[in-house]
Amino acid sequence: MSTVELSGVDLVLAAVLLLINGVISLVFGLRLEGRLAIAALRMAVQLAAVGFVLKFVFAQTSPWWTLLIALVMVVVAGYEAVQRHERRLAGWWAYGLGNMTLLLVGGLATLYAVLAVIGPQPWYAPRYVLPILGMVLGNTLTSISLALQTLTEGAERERGAIEARIALGATRFEAFADVLRRAIVTAMTPLLNTMSVAGIVSLPGMMTGQILAGADPAEAAKYQIMIMFVLSGASGLGALAAAYGGVLLLTDARHRLRLDRLTAART
Amino acid sequence: MLRVDYLRVPGLPALSFEVAAHECLAVEGPSGSGKTRLLRAIADLDAASGYVHLEGMERGELPGPEWRRRVRYASAEPAWWGAIARKHFSASAKLDRLLSALALSPTTLDRPIAELSTGERQRLGLVRAIVDEPQVLLLDEPTSALDAQGAALAEELIKFQMLAGRIVILVSHDPAQIERLAHARLLLADATGRKLESAAA
Repeated sequence: MSTVELSGVDLVLAAVLLLINGVISLVFGLRLEGRLAIAALRMAVQLAAVGFVLKFVFAQTSPWWTLLIALVMVVVAGYEAVQRHERRLAGWWAYGLGNMTLLLVGGLATLYAVLAVIGPQPWYAPRYVLPILGMVLGNTLTSISLALQTLTEGAERERGAIEARIALGATRFEAFADVLRRAIVTAMTPLLNTMSVAGIVSLPGMMTGQILAGADPAEAAKYQIMIMFVLSGASGLGALAAAYGGVLLLTDARHRLRLDRLTAART
Repeated sequence: MLRVDYLRVPGLPALSFEVAAHECLAVEGPSGSGKTRLLRAIADLDAASGYVHLEGMERGELPGPEWRRRVRYASAEPAWWGAIARKHFSASAKLDRLLSALALSPTTLDRPIAELSTGERQRLGLVRAIVDEPQVLLLDEPTSALDAQGAALAEELIKFQMLAGRIVILVSHDPAQIERLAHARLLLADATGRKLESAAA
């Protein structure tokens, strides 16, 4: 089986569906048509650019190009992981924590999946490494983001109880025990939900892609199952590392609570 | 002996004083003068430069949690992390004795924290601060929510702690209570005044 290639005309035909949104916006006076046009244009340009970049990198099959693209992906994901929060750790700490966690967990999970599970030739083959890294980063990013958000919100809301435990001689991790546990549970919940409905409510993106590209659905399912395991490992480890790292940053070496390290609340 | 040397609490001049075992130092001053901040700095809950020695050992020589097991800050409004009081204590004969010393029934431990009165919570907070026998008690208005009878029991308990060799620093707005408990006083002036002195009671 082979793929039916899309021509430029095909894309224009698909874009007609976007016009429906524009019409809705105009008819109901939603004033979304400008933003809609910009978002659609951005999406098209970004994806086309990524397509060309990946085509170039795949053609090189150089470990350095693979590494460079991987690092760019980690940095962007690390920025996204902390950028979304209402109140976050001030300065470079939050980005440092986000990036370190993603680099460590994303790197390890991807390497494990590629080396131990898939085993392509050569092992750094970008067409395996980069898509898997992308999926791992996307999921780990969400889980890190949720872990840090739950942690900082919990620290603020339960400041009194945390400080009471510290005053009674608890270490920082003892004082944060409840908030820490909640942060990890919250961070792991989306993936648990995804896994339990996968294939029933939604057909995962990668599997859909492989099927469209002509793969045997049973083979595509095997790949998807493998990826789900890798993603669950990565997001669990990511949540754990981000939550423990977050506690270290929200306290100091004397085990004091340091909420002054959070940015001021946006009004 | 607890010795404080040139302790710089934000908003206060550098402070130096000593409190011996068996003794109580009362810290007085209007609201906002930094009494709570001073106690928190001694317990190393907030960063402050200067020195605090307990029996010759500076707070930096011990890990923070270790220091706070010996130098205990007890807030006027104790905070709780569990739904019932029992979660905050480990069972011991000492706990039962302390509860009865403050006229708290043992069943108080199993009632939801949210249903306890402010006074009951304050007494439980005092028990929680004392039960593991820290050497220094930093008591921030320990009887502010208690009636006369409850306050009298709490004062007896504090006196008993001093008899047992503990060091007490007491923040209180009640001159009569300071008269009854304190061996020395430290007066903190408000933000506008410059007056700051310590005087023997």
